Amino acid sequence: MNFFSLPSKPWIWSFAATVIVWIVTVLFTGGASAFGLSQAALTFASFYVIVGIGQMFVITLGPGNIDLSVPATMTLSGTLALKLMDVQDSMIVVGLLVSVLLGIAIGIGNYALIKLLRIPPIIATLSMSFIVQSTAIWANRGLRIKPPEVLANFTTSTLFGIPNVAIVALILSAVAWLLLEKSIYGRWISAIGQSMFAARMTGIPVDGTRLVTYILCAALASICGYLLASFSGGAALNMGGEYLLLSIAVVVIGGTAVAGGNSNIPGIWGASLFMFLVVSMLNTYGFGAGFRLILTGLIIIAVILVAGGRQAGR
Amino acid sequence: MFTWPNTDHDPHMTEAVLKQEVAAARGIKVTFGAVKALDGADLIIHAGECVGLVGHNGAGKSTIVNVINGGLSPHEGEVSYGGGSGQHGISVARANGVRCVFQELSLCPNLTVNENVRVTHSELKGWNWRARALELVRRQLEEIFPGHGIDCDSTVDDLSIAERQMVEIAISFSGAGERPKLVILDEPTSSLDAGLAAQLMAYIRRFVSEGGAVLLISHILGEILSTSDRIVVMKDGRVVADRAAKEFSTRSLVEAMGNVVRELEWQRSVTTRSGAAVLTMPPRKGHGLPFEAHRGEMIGLAGLGGHGQTDALLHLYLSGNSNWLPARRREIAFVAGDRSLNGTFPLWSILKNLSIASLGQLSSRSLVDQSREDLLGEGWKKRIEIRTPDMENRILSLSGGNQQKVLFARALATTAKIVLMDDPMRGVDVGTKQEVYEILRAEAKSGRTFIWYSTEMDEIRLCDRVYVFREGAIVAELTGDEITEKNVLAASFHGGEAA
Repeated sequence: MNFFSLPSKPWIWSFAATVIVWIVTVLFTGGASAFGLSQAALTFASFYVIVGIGQMFVITLGPGNIDLSVPATMTLSGTLALKLMDVQDSMIVVGLLVSVLLGIAIGIGNYALIKLLRIPPIIATLSMSFIVQSTAIWANRGLRIKPPEVLANFTTSTLFGIPNVAIVALILSAVAWLLLEKSIYGRWISAIGQSMFAARMTGIPVDGTRLVTYILCAALASICGYLLASFSGGAALNMGGEYLLLSIAVVVIGGTAVAGGNSNIPGIWGASLFMFLVVSMLNTYGFGAGFRLILTGLIIIAVILVAGGRQAGR
Repeated sequence: MFTWPNTDHDPHMTEAVLKQEVAAARGIKVTFGAVKALDGADLIIHAGECVGLVGHNGAGKSTIVNVINGGLSPHEGEVSYGGGSGQHGISVARANGVRCVFQELSLCPNLTVNENVRVTHSELKGWNWRARALELVRRQLEEIFPGHGIDCDSTVDDLSIAERQMVEIAISFSGAGERPKLVILDEPTSSLDAGLAAQLMAYIRRFVSEGGAVLLISHILGEILSTSDRIVVMKDGRVVADRAAKEFSTRSLVEAMGNVVRELEWQRSVTTRSGAAVLTMPPRKGHGLPFEAHRGEMIGLAGLGGHGQTDALLHLYLSGNSNWLPARRREIAFVAGDRSLNGTFPLWSILKNLSIASLGQLSSRSLVDQSREDLLGEGWKKRIEIRTPDMENRILSLSGGNQQKVLFARALATTAKIVLMDDPMRGVDVGTKQEVYEILRAEAKSGRTFIWYSTEMDEIRLCDRVYVFREGAIVAELTGDEITEKNVLAASFHGGEAA
């Protein structure tokens, strides 16, 4: 009866895939790149993890729940925060607070659209994303402002060999895990994801819980945008672009049920590392950009098929 | 080899040779993990008879039905249709005229009634199949439930749960090409009121007299006794009795299932309406009587099925319960009747399903205390005898009646002073009902208020006060000794517009 024990740890699969890709890449370079590759993977995976956690909470709410405003939120948050901080170290905390507040506002906006206009989340968050992205374009005006020096150093340096952003992502993951597995809120979102009507009839404040979840997702995207803009030395209008697919892919590959009610935080780490390593593996092997994208797509599909088959088996 | 249950059905074996066998399952063993669902059960159904199948929740009734309809392959034993032998499976069973109406309603809610007919009747094809399907189901509904008033062009979503069940029954009895030989009805009257149930039972007798066979599963023993020719009693995966229906009485049937009959002795709390009402509702739909409930009262919502009782319960619940802010104290709890619609959380364990409504009292600083949760689970597992080796098993591993017990425990474990019950005893066996009634009695005595919608008269009679519903509004209030079947029916049909 091993199918009872395996699915309780669906994240095993994303980690297994990660280890394989890591070994293949390191072998190709004769072992020289092992440390550098690991560090880079940890750094970039951290950004994926931060947005992935938010998206995971939203997807847990059940079929149809998804936040497509993540990339635009990241862009606007990075842009506004850098503009506000204006290279002054004293403004770092203020910048962070403002981007979190911005995330909260976007989350409230998202849920207001869903609730007031009664439109599906996929459309509501996409419309929101146009508004947010346009605001970012208007605010950015082609300026490229550098991040404050202390902040830039923080995001690019390491502690005992571990990138600082990875430590931030780890702390956020631990908090998210606590929320999800141990708190009443975690039970509530899982219950809503399984049956909204049943959740309502057991006394769960469904609308309140969903609102908080959309806010949480947007706030995490904002924090990620803030860190990413500081890490890459300035905000760019397309900086969130690849995170639309990535935020969803890492959740799905990580073993969270797309149909909701069941989610998984360790899996997001496995999947994020995997997504970065696949790209660098293909780079190492010298494939061109187009071919690289095709292969990335195929690999994602393959992993989802394998992981999905596991879940259906329960 | 198999062990043939050494019961007293030998006299029938001679008779069996004379009648034609429609479906037979012999020496069936089925196990789900460590649970023996069937342990050498025999069930043989002949043409022209109605077989009643009774037993506790988890006795193996649904499992043997699934073996006969081909949905489950037995680990041991053989299944045969029409006296032949060999193949087994859903398509073989259907080809041999076996149809099944499930306990959990299985129509596609997004399709119309006539499209649902097409789903199971694949011979309806080609040009104009919709019209033919419509004609088929309309005629069959008219035959079973004269004056049903169901619009067969509407989507199933728009039908009440009783209407869905009627449609499903009609679809199973109808035959586009060939008439069914054996119809299995698993709790067919669980959502039907007394009038509709009587129509169905009368139709079953007609169907059987024309040579069809029916396997009837029900917890309503009166139905089984009056409608069946032969009654099969199951217990712990075995057949423990198989005799002609006239040899049974309610008492002997209950005893055969392993229960000791307890007379309904319910001391109505002599309506001491102390103080203000704990819950009130103005007249529904602008006419009729207002609703009010007092502390420690047991209030019944009666009337024909689907006349607004569930809506009233939902209204009472949702108006006292914020959708935005977490409640500081829970005032009202709800016990679902339609489990898969608004009861169970299918991905979760039994324990999580039980504790979800009382997380507040199991937590400190919003974090759930695992040991307190386990304690709660163990306590309720003992108190209402949830039949499972481990509360960490998934809720869907339980039989329907045991799932319902978990939903009861969910509501009773809260601190709520008012408990709403939406016909919660559907599909629950007699023994469990008695246990739950006793718990309800004790809880009411300690000051809890119960508001209970039930389609069963026996349950309505247990209440202190009854509101009778008709067309969405309360039309009568009965107290104490006024609560009789006659009075309830009179109020439900008042004005002669009998539905």
